[in-house]
Amino acid sequence: MRKLEPILWPLALAVALLCAWHLAVVWTATRVFPSPFDVQRGLAELMRKGLLWSYIGDSLFRVSLGYLSAVVLGVPTGLALGWYPVAAKAVNPVIQMMRPISPLAWIPLAIVWFGVGNTASVFLIFLASFFPIVVASANGVRNVPIMYLQAGQNFGLRPAALLRRVIFPAALPQILIGLRIALGVAWLVVVAAEMIAVDSGLGYLVIDSRNAGKRYDLVVAGMLMIGLIGLGLDVGVRRLETVRSVRWGFRNE
Amino acid sequence: MAQRGGAVVERAVKTKLSLRGVNMVFRRDGNEVNVLENIALDAREGEFVCILGPSGCGKSTLLNIVGGFIKATSGQVLIDDEPVAGPDPRRIFVFQERGVFPWLTVEGNIDFGLHKLDKAERQRSIRHYIKLVGLEGFEKAYPQELSGGMKQRLEVARALAVNPDMLFLDEPFGALDSITRLTMRGELLRIWEAEKKTILFVTHDIEESVQLADRVVVMSARPATIRRHVVIDIPHPRDISSPRYLELRDSIFEEIGLAHTV
Amino acid sequence: MENLRFWVKVRGVLLPISSVAVLIGAWQIAIAMNSDSLVPGPWAVLLGIVELAQKGLLVKYVVASLFRVTWGFLGAAVLAIPFGLMLGWYRRSELAINPLIQILRPISPLAWIPISILWFGVGDLAAVYLIFLASFLPLTVTAMNAVRNVSAVHLNAGRNFGLSQRQLILKVLYPAAMPQLIVGLRITLGISWLVVVAAEMIAVNSGLGFLIIDARNAGNRYDLVIGGMVMIGLIGLILDMLMRSLEKLKFLKWSYVS
Repeated sequence: MRKLEPILWPLALAVALLCAWHLAVVWTATRVFPSPFDVQRGLAELMRKGLLWSYIGDSLFRVSLGYLSAVVLGVPTGLALGWYPVAAKAVNPVIQMMRPISPLAWIPLAIVWFGVGNTASVFLIFLASFFPIVVASANGVRNVPIMYLQAGQNFGLRPAALLRRVIFPAALPQILIGLRIALGVAWLVVVAAEMIAVDSGLGYLVIDSRNAGKRYDLVVAGMLMIGLIGLGLDVGVRRLETVRSVRWGFRNE
Repeated sequence: MAQRGGAVVERAVKTKLSLRGVNMVFRRDGNEVNVLENIALDAREGEFVCILGPSGCGKSTLLNIVGGFIKATSGQVLIDDEPVAGPDPRRIFVFQERGVFPWLTVEGNIDFGLHKLDKAERQRSIRHYIKLVGLEGFEKAYPQELSGGMKQRLEVARALAVNPDMLFLDEPFGALDSITRLTMRGELLRIWEAEKKTILFVTHDIEESVQLADRVVVMSARPATIRRHVVIDIPHPRDISSPRYLELRDSIFEEIGLAHTV
Repeated sequence: MENLRFWVKVRGVLLPISSVAVLIGAWQIAIAMNSDSLVPGPWAVLLGIVELAQKGLLVKYVVASLFRVTWGFLGAAVLAIPFGLMLGWYRRSELAINPLIQILRPISPLAWIPISILWFGVGDLAAVYLIFLASFLPLTVTAMNAVRNVSAVHLNAGRNFGLSQRQLILKVLYPAAMPQLIVGLRITLGISWLVVVAAEMIAVNSGLGFLIIDARNAGNRYDLVIGGMVMIGLIGLILDMLMRSLEKLKFLKWSYVS
């Protein structure tokens, strides 16, 4: 019985919430807010029309492009900043100033530079993912115990080899944390970007279902898909953290 | 036979390490901290030298200078008659087990310094040193799966694999429980006798120094100077209840000014 | 020796300032070279900000954004922290609610806009609700984790001294969890600031987010667009610094041993 508890309790809560939701809809006799069944039917409708998969595909495509570019550019940048503290001190104020600016505030500029369409939203996702990755990579390098560096030098390693064989593996756990956070942010931003700047994707589905016909069943269905896929992405990245050559860096997970 | 001050040359064996007039001054917040004062020290090839002193007295600093990680403020550090310019694979530092690389397996760690050899030689080396330190069966294990003592042995194996002339150990058994420490000392001596390296071993444990060393260099508190060299002339294996052992140990107690009773 | 410390400090300030100056200079040059670009240079942006200040709009928009953040954030904090602490304290409730939290977390607060408009109409209340939503989950999770990190040793000591459950929570749990809570509050405040700007771009008619989208739509005033972004960055930075100074209070400092 004990072993099943982690499954039973959430299940019980979920069932209770669903019932409460359904009853609330029935009792208030609302004409607009959907019940759980409405949402399920809405999902089925989207799947039949083939829209669901196409929207999911669009969102995932934009996220992948923006996120992967951020990884490819951000990790080396962060490593460099962590290694050269002078560079970090110089760049830091710029990062601190840009961080509180919501990626979405960049939309007008993005549209000027890239026009309305996919590129602008990919740019926004890149922007949003870039900073957490750079910061985490820099911190990863900075937190490498001096002992490892000394050991590497002791064995005669040149700086390039030192970077490849000691610094990077030692910083990897923290880099992975940054990658996971950045992916979460990227997923949030893509949905928001799609609500403003493009014509497809899950974010668009949510805003358009309301604007084009008050289809709140589709709104909630869209939100549900956003939550599930975002969760899937997060779980996927967390798997990376269990690989044995980095697991040492994650103590409590 | 204990002697005061200076270097003692007992047999006509080559001098491996030589320090003369080494001073170390740290500058912190505008203050000068005198850590080491006028250190003169020799070590012969194949000798096991213990540097003994209270915590924080600067003996780790001394080891770091000899290892080439810090430059002394003044003085001369010669190894094989060449001044020490920086870290060198011929002289490997063994930290406490924290120095082991956690992202590599046991094999990976031992293999770390062997990039100049070809594949077959590397395999042979790895197998040899795993056997030497007694880690058979754990080749593919990661350090987080090993006990403290095993990690320490791994670090020694990694150091030995590159066949250095000298080993520098900085309180390597400090994080282990006292029972494991006794076993590890025996292991270290066994390895030393098999491989015949020159060893510099820093510790604050008087018993440990008398059990291990050919010669104990007793250091004062900061600013650290050398109070005395104590030659331990008991052959291995040493009986820690023998009169000669107790005599030497007590002489060190007296030198440091410690009482005999608790 | 004193001279050396002085110069190190000067360099510590000079370096960031000069890098910002270099960036602004590069920006100005890029604009000068690309004369038909819609994007204005730093001087034009400064003038734009001054213009807004003179019209009284700057203060009005800043206050509007801050107002929404304050209410949404505080409302969430007051509810989420006790809720999260309770969840962390009773393991079963955490087990029950965790999957739900994991599904809700990746849903951008902005995806709630249609529903919040449905419930609250277009206006301040909807925006405040969005901020509330954006802050509630992170703060709950922070509080839950803070409980987990309270040392069992401290709790046992409390029990050893005969404290009741309620006293245990008030006298041991809350103070022990406080440092982590403050850090969580700072991070969540940062998130709120991001969300308010985004929310204002979509759902309301005032505030810094609205300024940005409106300045573009109503006349391609990109100087005001960038001016708005600069103000957003500055205020966000100030909010962050304020929260960090809280972390420095002595009775909290015990936890930040580095």
